[in-house]
Amino acid sequence: MPAKNYAATRFSALDEINGANVSNLQVAFAFSTGVDHGQEAAPIVANNTMFIVTPYPNIVFALDLTKPGAPIKWSYQPHPAAASQGVACCDVVNRGATYSDGKLFFNTLDDNTIALDAETGKVIWKTKLGDINTGETITMAPLVVKGKVLVGDSGGELGVRGWLTALDVATGKILWRAYATGPDRDVLIGPGFHSFYPSDNGADLGVTTWPGDAWRTGGGTMWGWIAYDPDLNLIYYGTGNPGPWNQEQRPGDNKWTTTLFARDPDTGEAKWALQYNPHDEHDYDGINEQILVDMNVDGKPRKVLLHPDRNGHLYVVDRESGEIISANPYGYVNSVLGIDLKTGRPVMNPDKLTRVGVVVHDICPTASGLKDWNPSAFSPLTGLMYIPHENLCMDWKSRSVSYIAGTPFVGAEVVSKAGPGGNRGEFTAWDPVERKAVWTIKEDLPLWSGAMATAGGLVFYGTMDGWFKAVDAKTGELKWQFKTGSGIIGQPVAYRGPDGHEYVAILSGVGGWAGAIVAGDLDPRDPTGALGMIGVMADLKTKTAAGGTLYVFALPKS
Amino acid sequence: MSSPYRNPEQWTVVARLRPIALAAVLAVAANNAGAQQDTAPSAGRGPNEVSVTSLFPNGATPPRPPDAIGGRFEGNKLAIADGELLFGQMNCTGCHFNGGGGMGPALMSGHWRYGGRIEQIYESIAQGRPNGMPSWQFVLGPTQIWDLAAYAKSLSVPAPSAASQTAAPDTSVKP
Repeated sequence: MPAKNYAATRFSALDEINGANVSNLQVAFAFSTGVDHGQEAAPIVANNTMFIVTPYPNIVFALDLTKPGAPIKWSYQPHPAAASQGVACCDVVNRGATYSDGKLFFNTLDDNTIALDAETGKVIWKTKLGDINTGETITMAPLVVKGKVLVGDSGGELGVRGWLTALDVATGKILWRAYATGPDRDVLIGPGFHSFYPSDNGADLGVTTWPGDAWRTGGGTMWGWIAYDPDLNLIYYGTGNPGPWNQEQRPGDNKWTTTLFARDPDTGEAKWALQYNPHDEHDYDGINEQILVDMNVDGKPRKVLLHPDRNGHLYVVDRESGEIISANPYGYVNSVLGIDLKTGRPVMNPDKLTRVGVVVHDICPTASGLKDWNPSAFSPLTGLMYIPHENLCMDWKSRSVSYIAGTPFVGAEVVSKAGPGGNRGEFTAWDPVERKAVWTIKEDLPLWSGAMATAGGLVFYGTMDGWFKAVDAKTGELKWQFKTGSGIIGQPVAYRGPDGHEYVAILSGVGGWAGAIVAGDLDPRDPTGALGMIGVMADLKTKTAAGGTLYVFALPKS
Repeated sequence: MSSPYRNPEQWTVVARLRPIALAAVLAVAANNAGAQQDTAPSAGRGPNEVSVTSLFPNGATPPRPPDAIGGRFEGNKLAIADGELLFGQMNCTGCHFNGGGGMGPALMSGHWRYGGRIEQIYESIAQGRPNGMPSWQFVLGPTQIWDLAAYAKSLSVPAPSAASQTAAPDTSVKP
C-alpha cells in the first residue's frame, strides 16, 4: 500500500542506506511511463515486482525486479473515457495502486475500480462507481481492509457529493457506501454513533446544516488517505471541502464536509466524527493523511492519530474517542486563530472571512492549505513527523455561482501568493509530544511530494523543480540530492530488492494542482488560473518541464 | 420564429440565468443587418462544417472561407460583453478562468488545440471536444455560442515569450 502500513507511517525499517553512505547513492534503473502529467503515485513493490499507475490514461506497469534493468513484466491499459480529463479539478493525477493477496487494485479517472491479477495483469473484476457527467472522478489510492477495497471519489470543485465505498476484494461487489452529506442513513450514522463534541452529534446533520437541498451538491469528497487500526477495528479518513467555495450559498456547518470519520470497516457504520472546519470558507479540505501512533500524553500512553490539516494545524486526536488532544500551527497561519479544545472548532479570524464582492487580502494559508494531499512520514526512531508542505497565502473574492452538473461549482476568484519569507515550500520535522517544530527546511517552490523516513536515519522528499533529496532525520542536514528529469510530486518508497539490497524509488513528473501550469500548459499571465495557483506558480515553466519517469536508486554494488 | 434552442427544456435554465440575453434572443430575428460595433449581432444557426485542421490531402479540399456570421461577432464589443457574462454564468470560468486555464486549456495563449478562427471556436463550444470540453449546443442557442466564441477569441493576447513566462509582480484579484 502507498502508505507502507495501516498506520500510514511511511517508515521503512531498511537501514542499508544511511547517513554515512547515502552520498554514494546512484541510479539503479529508470523507466519512462510515457505519460507526462503529474505523477503522484507511489511505486508499489510485492513479489519482486514493482507496480506503477500513471496519471490519465491510468496505465499500469508491472516491472520485473528480478531481471537486469527491471523490464516490463506486463502492462494494462484501462482506456478511461477521455472526457474524464475535463472534470478533473487539478490535473489528471492518480495516487497509486494497492496490492493485496495476489491482486492489484487501482482506480481510473472515469470512476472505475479495477482488480488485476498481479502476476499476469489480467482483469479479475471492474466496478463502475460514479459518473463523470456529474463531475465525479477518482484519483485516490484504494486501501484493502478485511477483504474490502475502500475507494472514495473526487470532484469537490464540481458540486460532487462525496462518499467512501467498500468493494468485495473477490468480486468487486459494492458492500457499503457512506456518503459525506445527506440523511444519517446515507452517511451510515446509527445508534452506535457518539462524537466527542456536541456540535458533531445530532440527527441528520448532513441535511439540517445545509440550506434546502444544497447537501446534494455539497462536496465532502474523499480523495485522500485512509488509515486502519486493527485493534480498534476502525478506519479513519477525512472528507473534502464543501461546495461551492462561495460560503454565502450554504449557511450552516455543512456536515459532514472537512470531517474526520472513524468507521467500522465491516459495516461502514460511523463510530464518531470530528468536523475540522465547520462551514469552511477557504477550501480547507480534511482529506490529508492521519498517522496512527501510540504516544505519551501528560505521562499517559494514548492511542492517537496525527493529522496535519489544510487549515494549518497539526491535530493530535485520541483515535478511540475523537477528542482533540492538541492542535498547533505547523507553519504560518492567520485565517484560524486557534482550535478551541472545548468545542473542537477552529476560532476563525473575522478579518479573513470571505464575502461576495469583497476582496479579502492575504489569507494564510491559501486554498490548497498549509499542506495539501502529499503525505507526511513518521519515524518511531526519532519520534518525529516529517511534513512536506506549503507556505502560501491568497486573495479571495467570492461571487455567486449556479450549479450546472458536470461543470465547476466554485464561485470564487482566488490568487495565491508566497507566504511570509517568500519561500513557497517548507519541510518541517514536528515533535507531536512537545508540539513544536524541531527543524524546518525552506524550499523555494511549494512541496507537493510525499515524505518517507527510513531506519537508516534518513528522510526522502522531492521538489517541484526535480530535486530528489535525502536529509538527516535528526537534524535536517542535506545528505544527498539528485536532479531528476521533471518536477517531483510523487511518493518516495524504499524496498528490499530480490538481491537483498535496499532500493529507493520515486516517480518524477510535475503536475497536480500546483504543477498544473506546466502539465496543462497554462498561461502564466492569468494569476487566477488553476483556481488561483497560477498566481504563485507563474515561474514554474522556467524551472521544469513536463515528464513521467520512474527513478530507482541504490548503493553501488561492492 | 422557431426556437434557436434545440432542447426546449433548457429554456428555463437559460431564462433564469440570463433574462436579458433571453430577451435579446427573442428580439433577434429581424436584425441581421450589419457588423456595426454598436449593434449586437444575432444568428439563427451555426456553421455546419468547420475543419479543425490545416491538412487537406491531395489538395482536394480547400479551407472553407471564413463564416460570414462569425465575422459579425468577432471583435463586436456587445457580443464580447454578452459572452463575458455567459462565460461566468455557464461556469466556463471554473475551467478556463480569465483565460489562463486550469481544468481546461488556456484561451489567452494564442495556441488553440482545435483551431482559433471564431467559427472553429464556435464549433468547439457547440460540439464539445473529446478531452473534456462539454457540448453546449443543447443548452445554449447559436447567438449565445457566438457571443461566447467572440469573448474567448478576444482573450487571445499574443505576448513576447519572455513576458509569457512570468506574471506581473504583486498581481492580485482585481479590486
